[in-house]
Formats: sequence, structure tokens, C-alpha cells
Amino acid sequence: MTAHTPAVELRAISKRYGGDLALDGASLAVHPGSLHVLLGENGAGKTTLLQVAVGLRRPDSGEILVDGTPVAWASYAEASAAGLSAVQQHLSLVPSMTVAENVALAGRHLAQGFSPIEAAKRVANIAEAVGLDVNPGAVVGTLSVAAQQRAEIIKAISHDPRVLFLDEPTAALSPTGARDLFIWLRNFVSLGHAAVVITHRMREALEYGDVITVLRRGSTVLATAARDVGETALFDAVLGGFEAHATSTPPARLSLAGDAPHGIVLNNVCVDDASGVTRLRNASFTIHPGEILGVAGVDGSGQRELLRVISGRLAPTRGSVTIPDAIGFVPEDRLQDALIGELSLTENFALRGAGARRGVMHWRAVRSRTDGAMAQYDVRGRGAGTVAAALSGGNQQKFVLARELDGTTRLLVAENPARGLDVRAATAVFDRMRQARAAGSIVVVYSPDIDEILDLADRVVVCFGGSVREVPCSADVIGSALIGAA
Amino acid sequence: MTPLDGFLEAAVRGATPLAFAALGELVAERSGVINIGLEGAIICGALASFIAAAAFGPATGLLAGGAAGLVVGLIFAFFVLAVRAEQILVGAAVSMLGLGASATLYRLVTANGPAIAHVPTLPALRIPVLADIPVFGHALFFQPATTYLLYLLFPIASFLLYRTVGGIALRAAGESPSAVTAAGHSSLRMQFAALCVCGFLAGVGGATLVVVQAGTFSDGMSAGRGFIAIAVVALGRWKPAGVAIGALLFGAAAALQFLSQSLGWSIPYNVVLAAPYIMTLAALALFRGSHAAPAALGRSLDGSVSPIR
Amino acid sequence: MIGRRRAIRLGMPIVVVVGATALVALMITMAGYDAGAAMAAALDGAFGGSFAILSATLKRTTPLLLLGVAVAAAFRAGVLNIGAEGQFLAGAAAAVAVGLYTPVDSAAVTLLLELGAAVVAGAAWSGIAAFLKLRFGITEVVSTLLLNFVALNGVGYLVRGPLQEPTRAFPMTSELATGARLPLLMEGQRLHWGFVLALAVAVGAWWVFDHTAAGFRARIVGVGRRAAESAGLVAVNRVQMSALLASGAIAGIAGFCEVTGVTYALFEGLSPGYGYTAIGVALLGKLHPIGIIAAAVFFGALGSGADAMQRNAGIPAEFASVLAAMVVLGVLAIPAAQAASPGSLRVTDAP
Repeated sequence: MTAHTPAVELRAISKRYGGDLALDGASLAVHPGSLHVLLGENGAGKTTLLQVAVGLRRPDSGEILVDGTPVAWASYAEASAAGLSAVQQHLSLVPSMTVAENVALAGRHLAQGFSPIEAAKRVANIAEAVGLDVNPGAVVGTLSVAAQQRAEIIKAISHDPRVLFLDEPTAALSPTGARDLFIWLRNFVSLGHAAVVITHRMREALEYGDVITVLRRGSTVLATAARDVGETALFDAVLGGFEAHATSTPPARLSLAGDAPHGIVLNNVCVDDASGVTRLRNASFTIHPGEILGVAGVDGSGQRELLRVISGRLAPTRGSVTIPDAIGFVPEDRLQDALIGELSLTENFALRGAGARRGVMHWRAVRSRTDGAMAQYDVRGRGAGTVAAALSGGNQQKFVLARELDGTTRLLVAENPARGLDVRAATAVFDRMRQARAAGSIVVVYSPDIDEILDLADRVVVCFGGSVREVPCSADVIGSALIGAA
Repeated sequence: MTPLDGFLEAAVRGATPLAFAALGELVAERSGVINIGLEGAIICGALASFIAAAAFGPATGLLAGGAAGLVVGLIFAFFVLAVRAEQILVGAAVSMLGLGASATLYRLVTANGPAIAHVPTLPALRIPVLADIPVFGHALFFQPATTYLLYLLFPIASFLLYRTVGGIALRAAGESPSAVTAAGHSSLRMQFAALCVCGFLAGVGGATLVVVQAGTFSDGMSAGRGFIAIAVVALGRWKPAGVAIGALLFGAAAALQFLSQSLGWSIPYNVVLAAPYIMTLAALALFRGSHAAPAALGRSLDGSVSPIR
Repeated sequence: MIGRRRAIRLGMPIVVVVGATALVALMITMAGYDAGAAMAAALDGAFGGSFAILSATLKRTTPLLLLGVAVAAAFRAGVLNIGAEGQFLAGAAAAVAVGLYTPVDSAAVTLLLELGAAVVAGAAWSGIAAFLKLRFGITEVVSTLLLNFVALNGVGYLVRGPLQEPTRAFPMTSELATGARLPLLMEGQRLHWGFVLALAVAVGAWWVFDHTAAGFRARIVGVGRRAAESAGLVAVNRVQMSALLASGAIAGIAGFCEVTGVTYALFEGLSPGYGYTAIGVALLGKLHPIGIIAAAVFFGALGSGADAMQRNAGIPAEFASVLAAMVVLGVLAIPAAQAASPGSLRVTDAP
């Protein structure tokens, strides 16, 4: 092993899921002591590559090498034993157990005893050694997202890994939190470990990374030292020349005074969750027809409740809300909340408004309406009789939009509509929303991406800690408001 | 011996088979699997112990009962873990299978083999000093060895579940299977081990019905204990101590029969028989705590919870 | 023409039945009996002649069909009603009580009153479980099961107490008068009009599920609860409660048919586990009306065949219950068998 041998290397990895080629000859070389950024758009294959690297998925072809020696993982346990550890995007802690128990869960020997006091001491030691602040006895479910992530990291480093992978670690963090995480990571790699951060944010890659590998459509298109590449070159590598930022001129605003027919009025709306915790407090504002309202907020700031109150899915605990009839709702988790995978597209089309239907179902009429909507919205599939699960993600989202915009929809509420979509599908979705605005509807859209919001919205509100405030359409102002400053 | 003594002793004795089954079910549910095939394991355990005890005595009967219960547990585990069918439905089918198989085997054994009327049973053992404790001493410490075994098993289960890494992993499988995989363990292996323990304990519980209580076998003598065990686990908030108390309460309800007879109450026979089931429902209603259930209980391994595909 | 994939889907249950029968035949042989004689006696008892078909098999099919529809209706809405047995008994008890103590001359009116009472009683019995779930969050799996035992003892109490026949010698009610009975379909056979009613209910239930808004709501709640709530704005709890009530009502009808068409009285042991067998009927029939009818005939034949096997060949009838359970397990394994390709049935966590 020479000084130039990577701690872990993936060569020409290919992986197919059903019909999709998720990885197509992707490669990655991670050297000790480096902060490596794996960059790419949504759907580029970054998470899949991580899963292959740590034994969570088996590649169809390609090689994995640790210290120059080829290996083949049968399970994550094997990869973990060899020094590769991962902090995944969806946190894998047990909410009802304490931090210490969760860390102990990563123990290798099942017969080993567990003493709460000893375990707490161990966690405290690890935390101190790497400079993370964590409470061993806290029940994970009660912790904030950032604290949970710290606990997750402690668990991942509890066996002193050589390479630590993190999948979109800053997705649920405020800008300050993200910066703190990167500062910690720099410190971590200076101790001799390697860290691989998966992200779709170019700014982060350029600012903090030592090495950047860019993935596009499952292949590695660029692998370079961060200081050797400029923003434009990186941009081209990530997007491949597609015009993603087609700016549209905002239409002339309909000037309406005070009262808003077919508008939305929220008056001191408060929402408490099932345990009585207030998730949304005193939200008051008005939205007029022909407006796109962007909603920004870090995960758990109340935007979920806000969107559901506006779309009529959730009744406010206190306060009042006036919404038009004819509402369309596009939730974030489309496979769980918007579509029923095993039912046909026709039946899924009839899903909207199912609660209010009476009498007999006229399936033939629904079928022809579905056919028409699919044609109009360019939904590629094998006809309205196929099951919803057979459609690709992009087409599913287009279908949901088609359904929710069917008829005279006066209000469209969309929750992170571009999630999991490639750039082409996302652009199609956003164009539909602009069309709805042009037709006089109200569009309320939440996105975790400030750029997306600024691109789309006429007005922006920021959710922070349950309160909702309108802010000017500026990235800096929104960024500060997201963490509660100014 | 006062009527109260007799009542309490009957309560503990009646609770024993249920407690074995409920402890097994607790382990299974903690790992995320709801096993309503327990009834099949209990009745098969009862029949196996009947046959074995007739030939080799009650202790062998207990072992045979455990083994039979284990076999039923393995069948259940196969369909739930390997075939990945819906847990409730597999449980219902396995219970049907257990009841049918035991009835068939019993018919064959008694038709073709020598007539077995009664098998030797385990006598009650009196523990000196402890049995003299007022009120509860007689009830708790004048019991057969199987009940004393339970006094050991519950604390051992508690220790294994809360004070070992394996126990944490097993409980994690029932709360968050993805966390288990992310930590490098196999929820499948946890659940398989849990179901084996569950089957074995249920079989032993069935065996105690024969070699401790009745001394003989009859069709359907499990009388729904497998289903009541599930209610007891929920009542006990999925904790060993709670489950023990729940089983005891049920035993007490079943022993009401004894009390009503000796006190001369004239409660209709069927009402007394129905009392434990009604009481279990009432207790479930009164002591609500479904949020104490393991978060991933009943979920098939691909994450969905719908009962029918 | 039926497509190849559809043919495989329809054929799989038949494969399961054949396989299970072969296994049980093997068991019969190992127990020292003549499997051939067993099968011959069973087939003869189930299908050998009009009496066998009509008075033995189809007569048994009637309650199994209704209960299978009841269970399937609940399952399709995502409600695990394991309490069809108790709801059946509740319906039967109510029908007998009305039949014995209603001084009405007209037979038609009497039957209608009995039917009405059975429907109400069955729905009320499942309604207890629905209430317990709504108010106390008790899962219907546990409550419907426990209520089965309460119903069983309830019947025991009734036939030893308030409803017992006048001589107080036997734990059963008096027999229903001729005017309170379901007429037979034809002379010389024991098949009654309840069979026609059962078929009508099966078809009607299917129509409701596939062609009405209420049925559509029940279906989507069963396969996609969150989507139904979020996209369809469906009151999921209310839909599931209604499904549970309807399920109980249909089970009650099964009880009505059995007491007014076959037994003409109430007694303990009225149901040889029909409510549990019905779960097998619903699953084997893949929750579809045609399938359920076929499955009910199969299980009915199993019952009549087993009886004949014991009577004529001396082989214990209990083998049939083993066969029934194996069929259910086999049916549950069908989706896995269909998805399996060589080597894919390795048991592993890794995707």
C-alpha cells in the first residue's frame, strides 16, 4: 500500500433497478485524510453508490477495493467491520431508545452486556474525543433534527471507521448548522479519517471539499481537486448543459385591495399536534388569486402543518382559515399520500374527491377523463388501465398534477414537488404551476431549496419554529429567517 | 385453607399456562411480529405432552410440549419471514392447523394405541418459610415446579431484553427494522430467534395444561388462551412485569369459578366462563396504552401494514 | 381470451388445493389407512349423486359463502374481522328468539322479522368491536376474537336459561314452527332458499364494492389508507367502522340461514368453526365473489366429504381440518411463489 492508494475505491460500478439504470460505470476514489464531496443532481445515483460502497446493495458489475485489495460485501456488517461507516439520509435511530442504547446497538457481539451507566460513559468519551455535543441519556425521539444527527454520527464513528460516508447531511440543517457540521468534518479528517459527503449543493462542495467527484445519470463525469475547478465548469459537469434556470418574467400582478374573492385568508391559525405540542402558531396572511406563494423552512418548522391547513387537510386548532373550494394538493410523499400503487390510473384519478362521491361510480366516464388528462399533461405510460406503480417518478408526479389541476382548480398546494425528479421533469412541473397562476389560480409551494423558491414565487413566507413571516424575495434574507436571525 | 387462599392459589395455577404463552408472545411482539398462531402451539404442546407423559412421565411431557410448540413456531416463522405473508393471516391459519392436527393425532392415538385415560401430573411443592407469608405465601409458594420456573423466567427475560446488546437489537427490530440493518444486524435473525422462543414457551404452556392441571387431553382445551395471551401482552404494556400481572389477573378471573362455588354465589355457569374474556376487554379499554406498542409491530418487512394484498 | 398471466393467477389456488390434498393423502397413508378409499368415500360423499351435492355439500356451502363474503368485505376495507364466528352466533340467536316468540301468522313476515333481527344482532356484535376500537383504540383483531368466546358462552347461557326448551332437559331451544322456517328448494333435498340468498348477497356485495362510491371508498381505505385520507379526503375511520358493521350484518344473515334453514333450533355447537373456516374461504377466493363462491363450495365439499369418509371408511374426519389449514397456508404463499425466480427465495435482509 503506497501513500497514493485510496482508502476505498469503487471502479466502474453498474446497478440496475427494474427498468432504471441507476449506476452506469460510476467510480469513486477516497484517500485518507481528505474531505471528499460526491456531487450530483437528484436522481444522479449518489445514494445508490453509497449503498454499494458500504454493502447495503450489491452491484451488478464493477469492483470495490479497500486499501487496494478487492472486496465484495455481503452485508453492511462486513463493510462496517472493514472500517466503512455510513450516516444515511433517513436517520436510522430508534426513536424510543436513548442515544446510549442506539450507539450500543451498533455493537458487534449480541451476547455483550449493556449497562446504562457504562454505555453513557462510552458515548461521552467518543463525543468528547471528536468534539460533538450529545446527551447519552436522552431519548432520541425527543431530540431536534440536528441533535439526532450528532447522535447518528457518534453511532457511525463508535467503531473508529477509516471512511465515514454522509448522505445529504445538510438537507435538514439551517445554514449555520450546515457550516458547523462542515467545520467538524474538517477537524475529523485532520485526525486521519476520510469523509465522503453526498450533496447536490455546489456551493458546499466548492467551499469545504478537498476532492469533488461529480455523478450525472449514474456515471462519474468529473473527479478533481476542489481548488482546480471553477463554478461554471462544475455547473456544466453536474447539469450537462441543460437549461435548468429558465427564468420567466413575473406576470403583471393583479391589484386587488383587501378582500380577496377566491383568495386565501389565514387569521391567527394555530395547530397543535396529537401530543398537544404547538406546531404552528398565529399564522396570519392573505394570498390573492394569480399569485405563487413560496414557503421556506427547515424540516419541522411548521410548513407541513401550514400547507395542510391551507389545502383543507388539517383543521386549525385555533384561529380561522378561508380557502376556496376546488383545491388541488400535491404532497411530498406521493407514493404514500397521493397515489395507490396497486390500483389503476383510472382509479387513482377517481381518488380525488372520493370522500364526497355518492351513489354509483361511472367508470367509463372517469376512464375517458383520465385518458384526456394524461394526454394533456404528457404522462407516459401504457394507458389509464395500468397500475400507478408502473409509472416512473416523473410521470407519477405529472399524473398527480394532472389530477389535482383537473377542472377549475382555484388553489394548488404543492409540497416539495420536485423531490426525486430529474431536471427535465422538475421543469415540466414548475411550468404547470406557472400556467395555473396565469389562469388565475393560487399556487402555494414548499421547497427546501431556496433557489427553487426564488425562481418560482411572487411572494415568500418563512416558517421558523412554528411561526410564519413574510419576507422579501432575497436569498440572504430568507437564509437568515430560516434560522431565526433578523 | 380459607376460600381466599384457595382462590389465590387457583389464580396462580390457572395463570401459569397463560403466563408461559404470554411471555413467549411478549418476546415475539417485541421483535415486531404478532403471532396469533400461539393457539396452535399451545394445543400441540398439550397433545405432545399428553403422549410423552403417558410413556415417560410429566417432566418429559413438558419437554415434548416445548418441542411441539417449537415446531409450530417454526412453521409460523417460515410463512412470515421466508414467504413474507401477512402475519395475522398466517397466525390464523397456523392456529387452525394446530387445532386440526392435534385433534387428528389425538383421534389416531386413542383409536389405535392403548387407551390413555390419565397421565401422571406434577405435584405441588411447598417451599418452607416463604409459604407461610400471610395472604400470598400459600398461593405463590405452594405450586408445582413449573410455576417456580416462571418466577425465574420472567426476570431472566427482563435481563436479556434490557441488559444485553442482543436484547437491544431484538427490541430495535420491533421498533425500527431499518435501524437494525443500519447497525449491521439482521432483523430477520432477531425475529426468527424470537419466534422460536415464543413457540417453545407456548408449547410448554400447553404442556402445563396437561401435566399440571387436567392430567388428560381434550379437543380444544387451549380454550383461546393463545388469543388471550395477545391481550395480556397489550395489557402489560409489552413489559415482562406487566405481562406477569396481566396473566395473573386473567388467572384470577378464571378462578372466580372456584370462589363463586365455595362462597355459594349462584352465578350462571356460562357467565363465569365468559368472565375472563369480558374482563380482558374491559381491562384493555380501561388501561389504554397502545402507544406503548413496539412501533414496527405487525409490519411486514417491506414496510407496508395493509392486511391483504 | 384470458391472458397467460391471468390464467396463472387463477390456476394457483387450484395448484394449492391439489398439493394440499396430496400431502394429506400421504398423512392418511402414514397413519395406516387407505388413502384411496378415503378419497373415494370423500368424493362420493361430496359430489356422488344429487343428494350429496345438494343436501350435503351445498347445504354446508351456504353459511360458508355468507361468512366468507362477510370476512372478505371487512378485509377489503382493511379491517381484520376475526369475529365472524361470534357475529354468526349472535344472528342465529336473534333469529331463533324472534322466530319462537313472535306471534305472527304470515310465514313471509316471520322470516323477514327473523332476518331483520339477525342482521341487527350481527351488526351489533361487530359493532361492539367497532365501538371499542373507536373509543378505546383496541385493535379489532383482539376484540373480535375475544367476543367470539363471549358469544359462545352467551349462546350456552341462553340455551340453558331464557331460551331453553320447556322440558328443561336439553341445552337447546324448542324447534321453530314450520312458518318460521326457510322453505326447501326442492322436495327430497335439504337445500333451502338460504342458498339463493347467499348467492344474491355475494353478487350484491361485489357490485357494491366495484360500482358504488361507498364501495370504492372501502377499497381505497383497504389498500392505501394514507392516500385515501390525503388525496381523497375520505373519513377513514368511519369507512372502516361501516365495513365492520356491514361485515357483522352479513355474518348475522349466515346465522339466520343456518337456524331457519337447517337446524331449526339454537344449541351449543351450532357452528363447527364456520367463522374461522370463512377466513380460509375469503383468502382462497382471493376476496373476489366468484372465487369466494368456488372456495365456499370447496370447503363445503370438504365438510361433507370428511363426514362420509368417517362414516363409510372409518377414517377420522379431523383430517379435513388439517387439509383446510394447509390450503389456507398455501394460498398465503402464492404471491411469494409467483414472485420467485430461481435462487431468489434466499432469506436475507439485503434487498
